[in-house]
Amino acid sequence: MWAFIKKEFFHIFRDYRSMVILFGMPIVQVLLFGFAITNEINDAQIAILDHSKDVVTRELTQKIVSSNYFLLVENLESNNQIEAEFKKGDIKQVVIFESGFARKLEKEGKASIQLLLDASEPNTANMLNAYTTGIINTYSMQKMINSNAVPLSIQVDSKMLFNPELKSVYMFVPGVITVLLMLVSAMMTSISITREKELGTMEALLVSPLKPIQIIIGKVTPYVLLSFINLVVILLLAKFVFLMPIRGSLVLLLAECLLFIVMALALGILISTISKTQQQAMMMSMFALMLPTILLSGFIFPIENMPLILQYISHLMPPKWFIIIIKNIMLKGVGISYFWKETLIIAFMTVFFIGMSVKKFKIRLE
Amino acid sequence: MNKNDHIIEVRDLVKRFGSFTANDHLNFTVSKGEIFGFLGANGAGKTTAIKILSGLSKPTSGVAIVAGFDVAKYPNKVKKNIGYMSQHFSLYDDMTVKENFRFYGGIFGLSRKSIREKTEYYLEKLKMQNFRNMLLKQIPLGWKQKLAFSVANIHEPAVVFLDEPTGGVDPITRRQFWELIYDSADKGTTVFVTTHYMDEAEYCERVSIMSEGRIEAIGSPGKLKEEFGVNTMDEVFVQIARTPLDPPIGGTDRGNSFKKQVN
Ligand SMILES: Nc1ncnc2c1ncn2[C@@H]1O[C@H](COP(=O)(O)OP(=O)(O)O)[C@@H](O)[C@H]1O
Ligand SMILES: [Mg+2]
Repeated sequence: MWAFIKKEFFHIFRDYRSMVILFGMPIVQVLLFGFAITNEINDAQIAILDHSKDVVTRELTQKIVSSNYFLLVENLESNNQIEAEFKKGDIKQVVIFESGFARKLEKEGKASIQLLLDASEPNTANMLNAYTTGIINTYSMQKMINSNAVPLSIQVDSKMLFNPELKSVYMFVPGVITVLLMLVSAMMTSISITREKELGTMEALLVSPLKPIQIIIGKVTPYVLLSFINLVVILLLAKFVFLMPIRGSLVLLLAECLLFIVMALALGILISTISKTQQQAMMMSMFALMLPTILLSGFIFPIENMPLILQYISHLMPPKWFIIIIKNIMLKGVGISYFWKETLIIAFMTVFFIGMSVKKFKIRLE
Repeated sequence: MNKNDHIIEVRDLVKRFGSFTANDHLNFTVSKGEIFGFLGANGAGKTTAIKILSGLSKPTSGVAIVAGFDVAKYPNKVKKNIGYMSQHFSLYDDMTVKENFRFYGGIFGLSRKSIREKTEYYLEKLKMQNFRNMLLKQIPLGWKQKLAFSVANIHEPAVVFLDEPTGGVDPITRRQFWELIYDSADKGTTVFVTTHYMDEAEYCERVSIMSEGRIEAIGSPGKLKEEFGVNTMDEVFVQIARTPLDPPIGGTDRGNSFKKQVN
C-alpha cells in the first residue's frame, strides 16, 4: 500500500500538468482573492468622537494617529454628525470614546471604545478594525505593565455599517475552496486513473494480488492529502492575509470539507470509469464539474437571479450545498443543526457516486 | 498441482460481447514448463482469452483452470501464481527502472531485500546496470519490453502470460527477448505467449492457431508443418487464415481435422 502511494506521488511530481494544477493553485487563489481586495492600508481617513477628552483618550488618539495607517480628518462633537460624515464617503472609520473614559478605567479597571466602520469595502473595514484594535490592546498592555499589574481592560466594540454581512470578498473564499477541492480531487484522480487505463498499467495492477479497493485507495490517498494541504493553505491565507474570520468550529469545517473531498473523489472515479482517455477525462471534469461548480453554485452568480430552470439544475450540484455549509460555518459561526440537511444531501450524493462507480467497475470486468 | 501436469486447462471456453463471440468453445491444455504459442491474426480473440486466463475478465461459459484453480471462481488464488505482461506496455514511464521494480515487487508482497536482489539479478542479466536510475521513457522500446518481462517474473510465478511482447520490436532485440523466455522456461516457468510473428512460432514448443474466435489448429510447429505439407509456420498460418474466406473448396471437414490434437 505504501509502495502504491509513493508511486502515485512520483506521478504527481513528475507530471508537468499536475504540477501546474498544484502550483498554479496558490496563484489562482491569490488572483481570485485579490479580485475585490485592496490590502494596502495607508492613511485611511478616520474621524474621532471623544466624549471624554481626558489624558488617556488623548494618548490613545495620539497612538492611533501616529501609526501611519490612519489620517485623522475630523474631530466630531456629537453622535449626530457621524452619519453625515460617513455619507460623504471619505471617512472609513469613526472611533468613539465613552464619556468619563480615564476615570472609569482607573476606578473600575475597564472602559469601552466603539469603532464604526464603513464595510462597503469589507476587507478594508476588517483590516482597519484589526489594526485599531491592535493599537488599543498594545496601549492597555503597556499601561498595565507601567501601573504594576492592576488588571485593566479597554473593551472594543466594533460595528460594521452598510454591509454587516461583509458580502463580496468573503463570498469568494468558500467558492475558491469548493473549486479547488473539486479540481484536485475529482479532476486529478479521474485523469490519473484513466492514465493507468490508457497506458495498460491498470491491467498489470488488476492481475496483481491487490484487491480493486486497495488499488482505488492507493490511488486516491495522495489526492486526499493534497486536497487537504490545499484547504489548509486557503484557510491560512483567508485568515492571516485577508483577515477573514472563521467563526464556527474548525473541526466541523474540516470534517465537512473531508466529506466533500470524498464526494469529489467518488465523482472522479466515476468519470474515470466512463472515459477511455485522459483527454476525455479532463474534458468531462471540465464541463461536467468545473463549469457548473463555478457558474451554478452561487459562487459568482447568485442563484436567486437565475432562470428557474437553472435554479432547479443547481440543486443537483454538490458545490451549491457545500458552499452553503461553509458559509454557515465560517461567516455565521453556526453549528451542524443549521445545515444537517445540506450535509445529508452531500453524504447521499457521495454514496450514490460510489455505488455508481462500483457498478461501472464491475461491468467493465465482466 | 493437477494430474497430467497440466498447468492450464481450458474446456469449452466461450466469451461473448453482446451477440459477438470473441472466443468460441476453446479447448486446450498447457503442460508445466512448456512454452506455448497462442497465435492468430489481429482480432482473432487472443487478448480476450489471455484476459480470462489471468482473471481479468470472466468467461461467458466454460471452464479455465490455471495453476490448479478455476479462474472464474478463485481469481485471487490464480493471481498469486501468474505474471502478466499486457499488450500495452505495463511499466511506468515516469518512474526509473529501479522504482518500477520496487513498486511491482511491493505490490506482490516481496520484501525490500528480495526486491533489491531481484533488481540486481535482472539488471545484470539484461546488461542494463547503467540504466538503473533512468526514467523508463528515456529507454528504447525493445529494452523496455525486456524490463517488463523481468518485472512480470519478479515474484517467480508458475505461469507468465505474455500478450504480444515483441510487437514493434526490432529482430535482434526480439531474439534476445526469446532468450529470456527460454531462460525462465528452463527454470520451470510455463510461458504462454501470443504473437503474430510467425518466425517466433517456430521458437515455441507447441502452438495453437486461432481465427475468428476459434482454435483452428494445435500442436508442435513440426507436426503442424507436416500436417499441412508446408515448410514454414507462415504457410500454415496463411492456409488457416484463408480457410474461412473460401469455404466451398475443401469444405467443412477440413476445419474439423485442424482441430484434432496433433501433438
Ligand atoms: N470489451 C469488448 N467489447 C466488445 N468487443 C470486444 C471487446 N474486447 C474485444 N472485443 C472484440 O473481440 C475481438 C477479439 O479481440 P482481441 O481478443 O483483442 O483480439 P486479438 O488480441 O487476437 O487481436 C475483436 O473483434 C474485438 O473487437
Ligand atoms: Mg491482442
